[in-house]
Amino acid sequence: MKRIWILAVMLLATSVFAFQWPWAKKREGQLTIQGSTTVLPIAQMAAEEFIKKHPNANITVRGGGSGTGIAALIDGTTDIANASRPMKTKEMKTARSKGIDPYPTIIARDGIAVVVHSSNPLSKMSLDQIRAIFSGDVSRWSDVGGKNEPIVVISRDVASGTFEVFKKLVLTGGKVRQDALMLASNMAVATTVEKTPGAIGYVGLGYISERVKAVSIDGVIPTKETSASGEYPLARPLYIYTNREPSGLAKSFIDFVLRPEGQEIVDKQGFVPVR
Amino acid sequence: MTKEKFIKRFFLFFALLSIFFLAGILFVLFKEGISAFGKINLGGFLFGRSWYPTHTPGEFGILPLILGSLLVTVGALVVAVPLGIGSAIYISEVAKPGVRDVIKPLLEILAGIPSVVYGFFGMVVFAPFIQRIFDIPTGLTAFTASVILGIMALPTIASIAEDAISSVPKSYKEASLSLGATEWETIARVTVPSAMSGISAAIILGMGRAIGETMTVLMVAGGAAVIPHTFFQPVRTMTATIAAEMGETMVGGIHYQSLFAIAIVLFLLTLTFNIIADHISHRYKKKMTG
Repeated sequence: MKRIWILAVMLLATSVFAFQWPWAKKREGQLTIQGSTTVLPIAQMAAEEFIKKHPNANITVRGGGSGTGIAALIDGTTDIANASRPMKTKEMKTARSKGIDPYPTIIARDGIAVVVHSSNPLSKMSLDQIRAIFSGDVSRWSDVGGKNEPIVVISRDVASGTFEVFKKLVLTGGKVRQDALMLASNMAVATTVEKTPGAIGYVGLGYISERVKAVSIDGVIPTKETSASGEYPLARPLYIYTNREPSGLAKSFIDFVLRPEGQEIVDKQGFVPVR
Repeated sequence: MTKEKFIKRFFLFFALLSIFFLAGILFVLFKEGISAFGKINLGGFLFGRSWYPTHTPGEFGILPLILGSLLVTVGALVVAVPLGIGSAIYISEVAKPGVRDVIKPLLEILAGIPSVVYGFFGMVVFAPFIQRIFDIPTGLTAFTASVILGIMALPTIASIAEDAISSVPKSYKEASLSLGATEWETIARVTVPSAMSGISAAIILGMGRAIGETMTVLMVAGGAAVIPHTFFQPVRTMTATIAAEMGETMVGGIHYQSLFAIAIVLFLLTLTFNIIADHISHRYKKKMTG
């Protein structure tokens, strides 16, 4: 008898969700933001500040990765997609075929920092060395001038925009070595590098802290300044995608991010302002 | 219509509803998954050794993922089965009522902890610990995931096994004790064997929990899609792959379909386990009663 009741309650709960769904999807004053975990800290903090000024607005911010956000925009389940890479032609094509016309707004610039454990004696590397490590040509730190220890290569899942940009800029489109660890967020990479002496990984500038060491690449230290000037080789713009030119609540939110207050958040989170 | 009949129909409706849901899920799973095999050959999919779905051209070999899932599941069972059955025996046969009333709910709390919390604990506390004590390059390994999954499967196994053991008729035990058997002999030779069908069901359900678990393995197993050679290396499971990559895929694309195909493989694996479990428990039942 008990089981029957549990089942009944569960079904009731499901049906409540099912009935609520069409209404919940598009309510006035509701904004869903999804995508890149690199852009996530900016989006979260901007949403918090934005809500203080627009108490009636209901904003949901989710991560998931750039690919996830863009897929959600194409499926119409999010109003704003955050992306740490430009949309691919294939994604553009799919979007158009579904009547979605993605419109990019660059809200910040970012560098991808290559990070190692704080005990690692290396603090300078060349782009070629990093490529050799991530492609699998080199497997021990001693091969790039470090200790005689195996290298633990940490990469991101394929839904990550950081992964896409890293793959394009560092590996020039090649494959990441097969035995690389795959972690699902910037935070996971930062935490794992912090706890693993032989690790090397890559994260957005906002995730650099004193707990991990960011190496200089070809003599350039990854900072906001070097990323903004284009000196640092692994720099990229961060995008917000909307369907067509932003309007309504999405427009006021994006305008807020681009205003001095919003750009201050960008700066505070460790990224490079664009205005 | 009598009230009795109405209630019967009412519950029949609910029972049919769940079958309807199952059928719907299976329909979508197979519809999307099977179409992958128009583009990937089945042998290359099941036995291919490299998984580069977003590379051009994509490589869709899931052997590392299948082996990763199996390795982690076997590891989890090695941890969870002795602990789970041991605690079940203790709770139902050995512990005094006062102790039992404390331990049982505590064990059940383990089941209520969200898997992401286990994952976070594994990543931040347990993995660095494993890395240090075994002096291996990284703590995010199949072993780490196995231990954590084992702890997660523990309450499932313990509580179902405990139900099975405590439902063994009292007369069996009394008969055994009156023949001069000690408490231990009674537990080992009478009570536990009589409860074997329930215990094997418990193990299989624990196995299902372990092989289907997603968030924890995504966070602590390391996620390297390579054929595992030892327990102490990072592995990637089928569930973690689906979870990490589904968001990125284009609906209807080959990557999308191949993830559904992985789900089919996972489904068939668990189905096989369940059929085997059913078979075993029936055999034990027959042996006990006949």
